[in-house]
Amino acid sequence: MEIQQLEQIATQVRRDIVRMVHAVNSGHPGGSLGCTDFLVALYFDVMRLKEDGQGTVIFDMDAKGEDVFFLSNGHISPLFYSVLARRGYFPVSELATFRKLDSRLQGHPTTAEHLPGVRIASGSLGQGLSVACGAALAKRLNGDDSHVYVLMGDGEQQEGQVWEGATFAPHHKLGNLTAVIDLNGQQIDGPTSLVMNNRDLGEKYKAFGWNVEHMEGNNMADVVAKLKASRKDADVPTLILMHTEMGYGIDYMMGSHKWHGVAPNDEQLAVALNQLPQTVGQADY
Amino acid sequence: MGELTTVAPNSTAQANLDVFSATLQQLAETDRNLLVVTSDSRGSGKLVPFGQRFPKQHIEIGIAEQNLVGVAAGLASTGKNVFAVSPACFLTARSFEQIKTDVCYSNNPVRLIGISAGVSYGALGSTHHSLHDFAALRAVHNLTIVAPADNVETEQAIRQAAASETPVYLRFGKKAMPLLSDDQSFTLGKGRVIRDGHDLILIGTGETVYPALQAARWLEDRHRIKATVVSMHTIKPLDYTLLATLAAKGVPMITVEEHSVFGGLGEACASFLIQNGYRNRFRIMGIPDEYTVTGSQAEIFTHYGLTEKGIAAEALNLLA
Repeated sequence: MEIQQLEQIATQVRRDIVRMVHAVNSGHPGGSLGCTDFLVALYFDVMRLKEDGQGTVIFDMDAKGEDVFFLSNGHISPLFYSVLARRGYFPVSELATFRKLDSRLQGHPTTAEHLPGVRIASGSLGQGLSVACGAALAKRLNGDDSHVYVLMGDGEQQEGQVWEGATFAPHHKLGNLTAVIDLNGQQIDGPTSLVMNNRDLGEKYKAFGWNVEHMEGNNMADVVAKLKASRKDADVPTLILMHTEMGYGIDYMMGSHKWHGVAPNDEQLAVALNQLPQTVGQADY
Repeated sequence: MGELTTVAPNSTAQANLDVFSATLQQLAETDRNLLVVTSDSRGSGKLVPFGQRFPKQHIEIGIAEQNLVGVAAGLASTGKNVFAVSPACFLTARSFEQIKTDVCYSNNPVRLIGISAGVSYGALGSTHHSLHDFAALRAVHNLTIVAPADNVETEQAIRQAAASETPVYLRFGKKAMPLLSDDQSFTLGKGRVIRDGHDLILIGTGETVYPALQAARWLEDRHRIKATVVSMHTIKPLDYTLLATLAAKGVPMITVEEHSVFGGLGEACASFLIQNGYRNRFRIMGIPDEYTVTGSQAEIFTHYGLTEKGIAAEALNLLA
């Protein structure tokens, strides 16, 4: 898909995100907006997904022969839900139910709601890399050459389990695994460097045996290029440090941890939507 | 009380762990999708022969129990038949979060195998004891919790777990377990009546069923007290139908478990009984709320009365 088309979808997804969190006055817009370009690139261009003859995606938990994505930092669910709906896993209209009574769109994604596209429950940080390792290993054992992606937060790197997974993947030569860290430098209580300094994550992962790449996470062309390039090594997993700005696309949210888990009010929503022109061909839900 | 008899384990008795290892090999012969995942626990899990026979079906994780369960969930999510094997103490404490979220909440049907459970590790001490696992795991939705009592139950539990579409936790110990009965029928979720009697009901699980059976034999020999003995191998879902039938006899009931007296078999039974109007005299035998004394599993059982003698004494007390 053309970069410009992907950017248009990303704009529509950003509109969805701010409208979803505004509607229920809760949720996590900051990280969602920062990772939008990445997840749009993944689902609309980079991943090989199972489709019917008409190009409609088919969700199958076994995921044989198709690429899979796991969301480890589950709190950016508004982004995940919007991308899944826009890609056709469930009706876009269902985004209006986010966090509401009996919705399948909980604050954190869960398979218990049987929402197509969700492969694991997440919300407790630090767990996604291990699950992605299991899925990548299963694909290799099955002789399935498709790829596994996982997105983690940078604050999440403070969890010990992450480093158990980081040890495992190179040992088992999981070249079919790409792990991406949203390096926005923020966590709920402030800058990551002040809350608990992760120091040089790239050097850490290199020391654990990973290929380490950097990616401009809010530059669609760079996102597409780096994600595609990460598929090439057969034996060594790739870790991408994705430099993003929390709240990207809305000036008053950008670069601040204050919008990690806070929704805009009516006035702020109007300002945000003005900055996010509605995409041609895609309507607000 | 007179001299107590000691019933020697019958000659065919194996450790449930050995049965586990042998059964897995049998299953792996026809199921290439079956994987065993270990956390530096292949030796303690008696899985070295399995790894030698099926090297492509054994995954080593290293000493990393959280990753063990996470990887197992990822494997199971794509349709693999996964047995995650680790000492019960670590598997159910260190990996509790992963069991809760990656396995149960996400309904990835991992077969969680807690080896050397309860106080099997004896003098290694409380770090290595799992006296919390029933209590902790009972509060997690979507998990079948099983403690097989003999070799038959172990083999059947493994076979039925391997076919389960939902997560299962199996725990067993290290010592040789005598066969409890000639009746080899076994179904997960259905308690197994080992012996029938109308004076008393003894309900055990895992390695406490055998001493309960010994106590029942002794009570009959010495006091003509006839006790029903049940192997309540499945702690969750608990066999309420059987419990109601037993309670309706109106005689005293004793539960016996290699677990804290808090939150395990006994309290699960008591909760059902009291909420359904049964008022049988009732005792929970297990490990009290303290750090266990130092000693072998047998010595610890003796210290806390989880023996033929201890259970019989409790029964006489309750019947007096």
